[in-house]
Amino acid sequence: MLGSIYALIALGYTMVYGVLRLINFAHGDVYMVGAFIGLYAWRYLGLPSEEGQAQVVSTAGLLLMMLIAMVGAAALGVLIERVAYRPLRRAPRLTALITAIGVSMLLEYGGQLVFGTTKQDYPWLAGTVPSSIGSAAGGSSGISIDRVDVIILVIAVLLVVVLQIIVHGTRPGKAMRAVAFDREAASLMGINTDTIIALTFIVGSAFAGAAGVLVGVRNHYVEPLMGLTAGIKAFVAAVVGGIGSIPGAALGGLIMGLSEEAVRAFYPELADAVVFGVLILILVLRPCGLIGSQTAEKV
Amino acid sequence: MLDIQDVEVYYGAIQALYAINVSVQEGEIVTLIGANGAGKSTTLRTISGLVRPRRGRVRFMDKDISGLPPHEVVRLGISQSPEGRRVFSNLSVFENLEMGAYVRSDPEGMASDLEQVFGLFPRLRERAKQGAGTLSGGEQQMLAIGRALMSRPKLLLLDEPSLGLAPFLVREIFGIITDIRSKGTTVLLVEQNARQALSIADRGYVLETGQVLISDTAEELLASEMIQKAYLGE
Repeated sequence: MLGSIYALIALGYTMVYGVLRLINFAHGDVYMVGAFIGLYAWRYLGLPSEEGQAQVVSTAGLLLMMLIAMVGAAALGVLIERVAYRPLRRAPRLTALITAIGVSMLLEYGGQLVFGTTKQDYPWLAGTVPSSIGSAAGGSSGISIDRVDVIILVIAVLLVVVLQIIVHGTRPGKAMRAVAFDREAASLMGINTDTIIALTFIVGSAFAGAAGVLVGVRNHYVEPLMGLTAGIKAFVAAVVGGIGSIPGAALGGLIMGLSEEAVRAFYPELADAVVFGVLILILVLRPCGLIGSQTAEKV
Repeated sequence: MLDIQDVEVYYGAIQALYAINVSVQEGEIVTLIGANGAGKSTTLRTISGLVRPRRGRVRFMDKDISGLPPHEVVRLGISQSPEGRRVFSNLSVFENLEMGAYVRSDPEGMASDLEQVFGLFPRLRERAKQGAGTLSGGEQQMLAIGRALMSRPKLLLLDEPSLGLAPFLVREIFGIITDIRSKGTTVLLVEQNARQALSIADRGYVLETGQVLISDTAEELLASEMIQKAYLGE
């Protein structure tokens, strides 16, 4: 399901926004790089494939691709934070925002240089290949629930549960929430806020990398500009859910994905218009998003 | 124990501290009093590493700590309960206390310190599972102090613990500060409530526009005619 992919990407936006109050526009492109890392891992590492079918990856192979993509995307995310954002910690917020757009463009066009400008075939997940590829590929319509979507949904739900456990049950996770609420007060607790911010980028980027691989096996192709639209929609999902809120991002992603697929089934050309219409409607009714937090100061 | 030597601090082009000298001996309660903007909070922020001095040094236990990042200062044994409490409203009371113990890795010691904090502030035990944002102002102040104690500091910095509290709570808080000292923690207390602060302190510094105006024993300061006129409202 598209929704669970938006949700996975939206988590990264919302987490980074939580700790830095920064919209990390490069996040969608980290997702793209993750998809490519998965692709190259599959191509060159000889990951488990179905016998006799070179273009089909087994479920175990998919999990390995995801793992490698998550590690690679996490490394990229932490590199971006270190090189582009950390030096701007005390700079005005707008400076960091413009830098984020710059990093995004660097990845998009640098990606075209490295990966080429054309779409590249992505392996199919075993058991999801239609009997004659030519007739069925790309012909999905409506809220299609097939095997690959179920697997994507299961993986996404598992990752979100893991994230909730990290954030609420572990020391670094609690520190993340403390840093998100008040970075200076957190530093007075002895929390190294730079480490926690880097950790946030690691987790968020890893999720984007996983989403990249999942979308690859769903759409059967990847390309260097794929992060642009997906990134914007995931960002919108994070805002709809209430930016800074993890359950909000998951919910927002699902709503965005479901409404997009539902509309696409009947009026394909209107899909994006309706999706962004939903955004405007929700923000008019609930400016802080569905699960947005309004904090009141106690005196 | 703590020695602030000729420290000068600037916020951009504006100078906030002019060659400040403050010292705290082990086991003391020392208070910094003075009007708004006198530089009291800036002094504490400098000790904790939240602002860097442009000149001068901060020495703690014979070690130069000026310019250390805040999280390392905490590890050395200085913790601060900042002005305005700044509890983590999105965390539970218990999680706030856990964050206070962030630098520690001795579960037994932490458990016994948690008991101590609950002993000082029984209200926090009752509300341990509640969100810190749901506490009243006085309870939040107790949480802020308790949280700062959870790192088992050698030196506790308290910034305006009585701010905005009802008089009976102010008395309670000052009583607890005395308890904290008697259990072996040295206290540097910033207060606008000069009379109350001096009544529990050993020594005091009067700050005015970023400079130390006078420093003396708390008794002498309480008795001084000039201090009474300017700061004690008589």
